[in-house]
Amino acid sequence: MVLESIWFFLWGLLWAVYFMTDGFDLGIGSLLPFLGKTEEDKRVMVNAMGPLWDGNQVWLLSAGGVTFAAFPRVYAVMFSSLYSALMLILFALILRGVAFEFRGKVESPGWRKLWDACIFIGSLAPALLFGVAFANIFQGIPIDQKGVYQGTLFTLLNPYGLIGGVLFVLLFLVHGALWLAAKTDGELQARAAAAAAKIWPVEVVVAVVFLAASYFSTNLYANYMAHPLLFAVILLTVVALFGIRVFLAQRAFFKAWFASALTIVGATFYGVIGLFPNMFPSSMNPAWSLTAHNASSTQLTLTIMLVVVVIFVPIVLAYQAWAYNLFKTKVTLEDLVY
Amino acid sequence: MDVLLLSRLQFTATTIFHFFFVPLTLGLSVLVAIMETQYVRTGNETYLKMTKFWGKLFLINFAVGVVTGITLEFQFGTNWSGYSAYVGDIFGSLLAIEATAAFFLESTLIGVWVFGWKKLSRKAHAVVMWLVAGASNLSAIWILTANGWMQQPVGYAIRNGRAELTDFAAVVFNTFSILQILHVVPAALLLAAFFVMGISAYHLLKQQNVDFFTRSFRLGLVVGTIASFWVILEGDMHAKHVTKVQPAKLAAMESLWNTTSRAPVYMFAVPDEQNERNSVEIGAIPGLLSFLGHGDFNAKVKGLKEFPKSERPPVLLTFLSFRVMVALGTYFVVMMVIGIFIRKRLLENRWYLKLMMFSIPLPFLAHTAGWVLAEVGRQPWIVYGLMKTADAVSPIAASQVAVSLVAFILVYGLLGAVGYYLIGKYARLGPDAVAGPTAASGKGLRPAVV
Repeated sequence: MVLESIWFFLWGLLWAVYFMTDGFDLGIGSLLPFLGKTEEDKRVMVNAMGPLWDGNQVWLLSAGGVTFAAFPRVYAVMFSSLYSALMLILFALILRGVAFEFRGKVESPGWRKLWDACIFIGSLAPALLFGVAFANIFQGIPIDQKGVYQGTLFTLLNPYGLIGGVLFVLLFLVHGALWLAAKTDGELQARAAAAAAKIWPVEVVVAVVFLAASYFSTNLYANYMAHPLLFAVILLTVVALFGIRVFLAQRAFFKAWFASALTIVGATFYGVIGLFPNMFPSSMNPAWSLTAHNASSTQLTLTIMLVVVVIFVPIVLAYQAWAYNLFKTKVTLEDLVY
Repeated sequence: MDVLLLSRLQFTATTIFHFFFVPLTLGLSVLVAIMETQYVRTGNETYLKMTKFWGKLFLINFAVGVVTGITLEFQFGTNWSGYSAYVGDIFGSLLAIEATAAFFLESTLIGVWVFGWKKLSRKAHAVVMWLVAGASNLSAIWILTANGWMQQPVGYAIRNGRAELTDFAAVVFNTFSILQILHVVPAALLLAAFFVMGISAYHLLKQQNVDFFTRSFRLGLVVGTIASFWVILEGDMHAKHVTKVQPAKLAAMESLWNTTSRAPVYMFAVPDEQNERNSVEIGAIPGLLSFLGHGDFNAKVKGLKEFPKSERPPVLLTFLSFRVMVALGTYFVVMMVIGIFIRKRLLENRWYLKLMMFSIPLPFLAHTAGWVLAEVGRQPWIVYGLMKTADAVSPIAASQVAVSLVAFILVYGLLGAVGYYLIGKYARLGPDAVAGPTAASGKGLRPAVV
């Protein structure tokens, strides 16, 4: 019982850290055509994520891996049900990943345009689709008793799913713009800060809409009503959200980015806490939902994996923090490796 | 075209493609780390140039390896949900450990290595590359442990309608996995060595950067020689184990139909699965299979007819892939021995350099053949003796898989073409080439981005 609950929150934590880290990469990539006015701008934007994006992306692999290890039935049902959405995300990430490396390898504007397009699509599509996927998970997915999905890709593109998708995009756009502002100077920095300031109010509006829509489309608030202390999570997230604006006004860009990171983590946990103990609810019949209790691995596996995670995740956080610290300086000419 | 066949084709294609790039990552990371260490130890700038040149090729390859790997983690769930639910208690944890212990280190530190030349001391920067090499090979160890469990499941019990872990140590120290690791990791070094030697040979034939490429070639030669002998000798141990625990695979590998003592090895055969015999048998060496498999010319070796038809792997593909792999493995040993003898007279032996240059793709073919053998030879089982591949597929629409399969063929085709084009381009340009965007488009860049 306890182990499964611990793992439920670890699972949520891994997704939260993924969105908090790769979120700014997906944001910057999505902003590439808009903030990158010159070739040099674009190179700076790409190199601002350069040292960190690959390490950030591994949080996705660990979230998926942990889903498989701790909740194999959830992994099996979730990944087969969301087949088309996941394939789209996958192809987007594939194109983004190689585009970073390939972009600068041939001296041709047409070549760079192609790979910049891959970075753009490869960033915007996952941002949108992750939001759509998670919103649908909050809402419940049409799976039958055997866990067989009864819908299509378009089933996921319902209003609540789309609001979730748009929210994720906005969260990541602001997150990316703030990172860029922190890492650059001059015109590009000004543009990035202005973008963050312009998108932030839209982010707030959509967040409010999403919170309201969740009341009607999901069961997320049941846990909060039962344990009102949990509303503190939503409150802290809102505080962080407004913290972004405050720090932005002070031009304290790293602090604003931290506030944005907390917002993203808070938003993820808002959903995860609301879901508990469900992990992949069935919209057809609650009895067919996959939960932390009916879809988990054995106690032995959960215990072994807990030991592994307790040892390795702090180590990972430590050397990733070291890498972030190493690369907190502004992007300069010599840094333009990509 | 049903969902099972499409999913099998997709998994085959995406895995083979991923594994074009992975061995080069595994092996070349070690070679580059050695070069950088030589630089740190000797201060000789040639080693720095080597590190940067071979490192550049490494990075292009690494990028494709990483992204094609994500596909595989997803695919166990998307296309093989039956498998994932049934064995996830064991298999899932091995993958999760791979990500937590290895992928993180590899992917975080490669960014540090690429961007941190000026931020770290020479020593620290070299250590980073060793950690990247260590982390990549560690990830290989975990995935091979996972595959080893599919080949010889251990440490489990069937309970609650699934395979449940009972003994983690048994899974981690599974003999099959260990033998597989000791085979594949050195084979990756072998591939990287041939890659380095082949490209070096190209430049040596053109008398370009002779000192640079002679040093590179010699490093490849040392590593390649050790690796090629190791792979064949250990491969024999591995095959002996397969004889014991996967007798159907062994029978198919050798196209042996009837259980016999003094079992022969056929140099070549054409199996006739319908009639349970070989329509062609060339070069039979009596007793050799008994000897290789059991260490005794008179030992009994099980033939395919011992196993029900529904439990035999596809014979021709298993047989051929094994032959291709062993033939190439032997060729590699021969080329390395020759190389050792003429290592001081490389430039005079143009025939050898030409052969080495054209041999670059061969280790890639050998690795592919090895995996085809391992996986096709295990059929019809997805977990040997426990679960059939046919029972493992996801209950999803075939049309979805048809679309994704076509998409993979197109996207991977593009990736492969572009990736190898770039590797070829920069390999040919050599170490003195203008190093990409920074230098080339210096115009328009302000000294510091302000």
